[in-house]
Amino acid sequence: MKSDFTSEEIMTVSAARMLRNGAICFVGIGLPSTAANLARRLHAPDAVLIYESGPIGAKPAVLPLSIGDGILAETADSVVSTPEIFRYWLQGGRVDIGFLGAAQLDRFVNINTTVIGDYFRPKVRLPGAGGAPEISTSAKEVLVVVKQSRRSFVEKLDFITSAGFLSGGDARERTGIPGKGPVAVITDLCILRPDRQTRELTVTSVHPGITGERIRANTGWEVRFSDDCRMTEPPTGLELTTLRDLLARTAAAHGSAGVAA
Amino acid sequence: MAQWSLLSEAIAACVHDGDIVALEGFTHLIPFAAGHEIIRQGRRGLALVRMTPDLIYDQMIGAGCAAKLTFSWGGNPGVGSLHRFRDAVENGWPAPLAIEERSHSDLANAYVAGAANLPFAVLRGYVGSSFEQMCPHIRSVTCPFTGERLAATPSIRPDVAIVHAQKADRKGNVLLWGILGVQKEAVLAAKRSIVTVEERVESLDAPANACILPSWVVDAVCLVPQGARPSYAHGYYERDNAFYLRWDAISRQRESFRAWLKEHVLETADFVQYLRVLGSGGRQEAVR
Repeated sequence: MKSDFTSEEIMTVSAARMLRNGAICFVGIGLPSTAANLARRLHAPDAVLIYESGPIGAKPAVLPLSIGDGILAETADSVVSTPEIFRYWLQGGRVDIGFLGAAQLDRFVNINTTVIGDYFRPKVRLPGAGGAPEISTSAKEVLVVVKQSRRSFVEKLDFITSAGFLSGGDARERTGIPGKGPVAVITDLCILRPDRQTRELTVTSVHPGITGERIRANTGWEVRFSDDCRMTEPPTGLELTTLRDLLARTAAAHGSAGVAA
Repeated sequence: MAQWSLLSEAIAACVHDGDIVALEGFTHLIPFAAGHEIIRQGRRGLALVRMTPDLIYDQMIGAGCAAKLTFSWGGNPGVGSLHRFRDAVENGWPAPLAIEERSHSDLANAYVAGAANLPFAVLRGYVGSSFEQMCPHIRSVTCPFTGERLAATPSIRPDVAIVHAQKADRKGNVLLWGILGVQKEAVLAAKRSIVTVEERVESLDAPANACILPSWVVDAVCLVPQGARPSYAHGYYERDNAFYLRWDAISRQRESFRAWLKEHVLETADFVQYLRVLGSGGRQEAVR
């Protein structure tokens, strides 16, 4: 089936739709930042975007390339120090949604951004935690946006950087973690949500033109589909033009570096 | 009282082999000039601390200055890996690098604890993660009032902190604004501190509650315009995103990194000359 949007576009649009207007959102750089800024231009003009570098209520006209770009500070309601962001605003319980990316995740949405292989003799040393361990536990809810493949959706993580539902069921609640945890994982193929009982990620919405076979082939465990699994609404004309305009203006502002966002 | 100094003199006086050194700046105001001077002076065995190692620690690690790194996010922002950092951790080149890994929230809290003269930081963090099993510095305490178990991590107390700021006055009082990161905490947590600035002014003319480091908590203030390039200084210049992209190619191989370091840092006298060489190199590449 031929479509007039890319898999990356439907991923970003689907992720943006998840952010409700007025939500206080702690935003990771990259895909989450793109989705959150798209949402702000569409249905969520009053979403408050917080970046870990200190800007609260950032309203960048183009996407930031780094987590501490000047445009975030210039357009924010307030800019506070990094300790204050983590202590008062995140740990203080002011954040509704933590919007994260991931290098690897497992079926219970535990996230690894630390190492591939043995911790002390890593095959690949990844950048590490950043703000994610505390965002994933202190934000009231968590959204994850990530491209789906056998490299990113793995059976077993080499390191849990940020807690999802741990071993599933009520394991997360039993630790006393304040936040409810992941509510959805949005990929370039589908949307997955944790099962209410087991907390295992279940496909609840398949993007147009994507087969169940392809989703299985790109998941490192035997992935389940929910009984009421449906097709993702394709991006509207407005969603697509708004996203493309945002990316084009970002590329124009940052030069060729704009594609990195 | 802060002494107005040449950067080379300040580094020579304040940074010694084996010191715990924190160069801070969260994407913004990263003290590149000071990092280069540490490389030029051939410091070895440093225990580096920095939330986001960024390109400056990639360069210092690749140059062989570091024995240890305490950090919370070690990537090239918006680009990908820090190749020199990875080569040191994965292959021990040019020297083995011990790592003390934290989260942002932890390190930010640990600087606050250091500034407050406390031995450890306490935070609601790391629950459910692998950190507690793999990282011996991440432990826990039980709240004596509620019984809640909380993460406890050692405070950061550097021998020397180095930050870059926008302005300092004649007496060496320092003003910075924009994204502030943990700079103030790093300076107050450290035994000694160096601040490089864009501008020397008669008076700071800052509003109440501005982020000011009084002269008497700083050891040396150095006038180094553009000293945060290729990061940015709010109100002075923008981030050089193109350089961050180029660094990926420069740093990927040991040989290309060494050649770059030799030409741009080891064989330049100071940051002014570095910027000149960098500028001419940029032009040659553009012609190519």
